[in-house]
Amino acid sequence: MEINMTFLGQMISFAILVWFTTKFIWPQISGAIEERQKKVADGLAAAERARAELKDADAKVAVEIKQARLQATEIIDKAQQQGNQLLEKARAEATEEINRLKAQAQDEIASMAQRAREQLREQVGALAIKGAEKIVQREIDPAAHKALLDQLAAEI
Amino acid sequence: MVSEPQGGLTEYIQHHLNHMVINFRPDAGAFWNVRVDSIVVSFVLGALFCLWFWLYARKATSGVPSKGQAFVEIIVEFVDTQVKDTFHGDRRTVTPLALSIFMWVFFMNAMDLLPVDLAGWVVHMVGGPETAHHTFFRMVPTADINTTVGLSVAVLFIVIGHGIKAKGGFGFGKELVTAPFHAENPVFKAILVLPNFFLNVVETLSKPVSLAMRLFGNMYGGELVFMLIAGLMVSWISFVPGVVFNTAWAIFHILIIALQAFIFMMLTIVYIATAREHH
Repeated sequence: MEINMTFLGQMISFAILVWFTTKFIWPQISGAIEERQKKVADGLAAAERARAELKDADAKVAVEIKQARLQATEIIDKAQQQGNQLLEKARAEATEEINRLKAQAQDEIASMAQRAREQLREQVGALAIKGAEKIVQREIDPAAHKALLDQLAAEI
Repeated sequence: MVSEPQGGLTEYIQHHLNHMVINFRPDAGAFWNVRVDSIVVSFVLGALFCLWFWLYARKATSGVPSKGQAFVEIIVEFVDTQVKDTFHGDRRTVTPLALSIFMWVFFMNAMDLLPVDLAGWVVHMVGGPETAHHTFFRMVPTADINTTVGLSVAVLFIVIGHGIKAKGGFGFGKELVTAPFHAENPVFKAILVLPNFFLNVVETLSKPVSLAMRLFGNMYGGELVFMLIAGLMVSWISFVPGVVFNTAWAIFHILIIALQAFIFMMLTIVYIATAREHH
C-alpha cells in the first residue's frame, strides 16, 4: 500500500496511451464506421427509392396496357365496320352493274329484234315484188309501184 | 513453491507480494522507489493494445471489414455506445479516453489469469534458485495501488479539466462555493461558502480514491486468493481440490477482470458527464 514514483510513471504511461488512442486509433476507426453507416443508409434509401419507382412503373405499365387494349378493340371495331361498309358498297355496285348490264342487253335485244323485223319486212317486200313480177309475167315498173309495195310491206 | 523451497505458505505469499523495485535515491526514502514490474508490464500491455488497434485503424475501410477490423470495431462501438448513453456532447476525446481505460485496465487485469508462479519459474529456470529467491516480480499491474491511483488521479485531472472547459474558470470556481447548498440572501451565501467548498473537495477527492481502491482491492484480493489456492497444491492430498478451486476461481475471475475494467471506464464517463453539468 505504499505510494511511490511508480504512481507518476503510471500516470505518464496513461497519458501517452490516451494521447495515442485519441490521435491514431479512434479517428480512423470511428471514421470508417461512420462512413460505412452512411453507405448502408444510402444503400437502403436507394433500395427504397428503387422499390417505389418500380411500383410507379408497374402502375404506368398497367395503364398503358389497358389503353393499348382499348385502342386495339377500337381499331378492330373500326376495321370491321369498314369491311362491312366495303362489302355493302361492293354488293350495291355489283347489283347496279348487273341491272345496268341487264338493261343494256335488253335494249340491244330489243333493237336487234327491231332491226331484224325491219330487214325481214324489207326482204318480204322484195320477195313480194319478185313474186308479183313472176305472177304477172311482165315487167312492172318498180319505181311506179313502190309506194304501193311499201304499203304492202308495212302491212305484213 | 518454486522460489521458496524451505518456507511455509505465509512466506510464500509474502514473497509473491514483493515488487521488483529500483530506487534512484536510496537516501531519500521509499517514495523514490520505482516498481519496475508494474511499470514494465503495464507499458508492454499498453503498447500491445496500441499496436493491435493501430494496425487495424491504419487500414480501416468503410467497405466490407476484415474479421480483425470487425472485432476491433465491435469493441470500439461497445465503448462508444456506453459513452453515448451517458455523455451528451463532443465525444472525440471522451470515447478514446474510455477506450484506452477499458482496454488497458482489461489487459492489466487479465495478467491475473497467468499462473502466479510463472514469473518465478522463468527466473528459476534462467537464473537458478538463488537468483529466484532474491528476485521479485508481480505480473498484475492493477494489483499495485500505484497503478490504480495513477490512473484515477489522471482521470481526476481530466474530469476537472472538463468542468473548467464546460463552465469556464470562474463558473467552475463559483460552483465550488455555491453548490450544493443554495441561498438567495448574501449573508447566508457567505456562511455557506465554507461548507460548500468543504463538501465539494470531499466529493471531488472521493472520486479518484474510490476508483483506485475498488480496482486495486479487487485485483489484489483476486491475486491473493490465487496464491492461497496455489498453496493447496503443495501436498498430493489437496492437489486435486487445489486444481478444482483454481479453475473455478479463474473462471469467476474472468468476470471480475472484465467487470472491473468496465466499471472503471463507466465511472470515468459518469464523472466527466457530471462535471460538465451545471448546478
